[in-house]
Amino acid sequence: MIRNSFTRTLGQVGVFVVFFALWELAVDLLHVKAVILPPPSVIFQSMYKHWYYLLQNSWPTLIAVAGGFAIAAVLGFSIAIGIAYSRWVSEMTYPFLIAAQVIPKVALAPLFIIWFGFGLAPKLVIAALIAFFPIVINTARGLISVEPELIQYMRSLGASWSEIFFKISLPWALPYIFASFRISITLAVVGAVVGEFVASDSGLGYVISYANVSLDTDVMFAGIFVLSTLGMLLFLAVVLLEWFFISWQMAVEAPPETM
Amino acid sequence: MASVPHIRIEGLSLQYRTKGGSVSALQDVSVDIPPRSFVSVVGPSGCGKTTLLKVLSGVLKASSGSVSLDNRPIEQTDLSGKIGYVFQRPLLLPWRTALQNVLLTTEVARKDVPLAERQADARQWLALTGLSGFEDRLPHELSGGMQQRVSLCRALALRPTILLMDEPFAALDEITREVMQEELLQLWSATESTVIFITHSISEAVLLSERVIVMTARPGRVDEIIDIPFARPRDEELRGRPEFAGLVQHIRGKLHKRKVPVGADS
Repeated sequence: MIRNSFTRTLGQVGVFVVFFALWELAVDLLHVKAVILPPPSVIFQSMYKHWYYLLQNSWPTLIAVAGGFAIAAVLGFSIAIGIAYSRWVSEMTYPFLIAAQVIPKVALAPLFIIWFGFGLAPKLVIAALIAFFPIVINTARGLISVEPELIQYMRSLGASWSEIFFKISLPWALPYIFASFRISITLAVVGAVVGEFVASDSGLGYVISYANVSLDTDVMFAGIFVLSTLGMLLFLAVVLLEWFFISWQMAVEAPPETM
Repeated sequence: MASVPHIRIEGLSLQYRTKGGSVSALQDVSVDIPPRSFVSVVGPSGCGKTTLLKVLSGVLKASSGSVSLDNRPIEQTDLSGKIGYVFQRPLLLPWRTALQNVLLTTEVARKDVPLAERQADARQWLALTGLSGFEDRLPHELSGGMQQRVSLCRALALRPTILLMDEPFAALDEITREVMQEELLQLWSATESTVIFITHSISEAVLLSERVIVMTARPGRVDEIIDIPFARPRDEELRGRPEFAGLVQHIRGKLHKRKVPVGADS
């Protein structure tokens, strides 16, 4: 049993330390060439050496991830309302949504280059597209899961649609919405990086693929480390936002399952 | 306060349409509910008790027959904000404190009353149910009985003329249940509402009501309407009286007769 958050955090950091130590040791003992797998010490040195280059290229990635996620959240939320409140919309759009989900969106990236050109636009589109599906499904599920008796009661009291929505349905769905945000923010990172792999001259995805071509394996790893840090910070931002909006939920139960 | 209407249900029938045809939930139900009375409905599961409440709250429409309030058909009466409802489960909003949960109904139905006044009112209802000091607790911090009290306060804060209660104490343990029965009687005597109370418990029905409606299942029909003669205020002591036991036994006989075929019980 973990006693408090301090020892827990210490333990979590400890896992990283052990992982890097084993990595360092393995590379050293097995005489792995740095071009195949550089040890963490070399990677951290590379991060220190190229810090400005990495920071400069973090920015476009951050914009693509945040922008794509925001587009997915707004669109996903709007369509979820349609699905939750209109049987017609729900029945018409569901098969299409499933079909759209089955397509590996990463495979569409080259197409988006043709349509949207080079730079931010295709990255935004891929990030948004890949982050969109969990938000739609979970928001709709959250809105549908409201106790029908409560809605009937409010209606019998003369409550308007918007009163019911803002007083009951929306807060009711928030735990579902935030659970989907946690998933979607990490998916948006994947989308943005894929966009940068395919066609971009900036961003961490570009850093990684460029270093790959020139066999700068340590720079590649530096890019990956910064990217995963960025992803973790964004995930943390969502968790903080969640905590701010629905701290009551944390005390009640585990967040709902997501699809 | 609006006057409490005289409810008359005459020849009420209601059919649900399902895939296999229509199912009759209520058949030819006629009940007279005078203003400010406490009426219980007992009967086996599936006898249309909840359906009856839904017709009274205007959620469902009768297939035939009529429900009138002071001789006006229910369809022509503006019921909004006059009917309080207590469910079997508390159905509180988990992000709202006890006080905010009580205020929920008034935010919709009593908008004309200033917030400060509604808050004072809500606090008073909570105090009457013994929840002083728990106003700012979230539902998950309250016991099942306390949650159900909040749910009751939420209905009472409306100042309803009719209070519909659908097995409100069914999920509570017996001790909490008996305490709350007595509390409900006290609260009711402080209001002017008519209470229509659905229950599975025969003794609960006899203890609380002026009139007990015994229903049979499939289709839901009124088997007998029994007037309960005991004077008010009533308390736990009543349970020990032979007349009480006699009435309970009579109703139990009515309900069991339907379930066990003649001769099967030897």
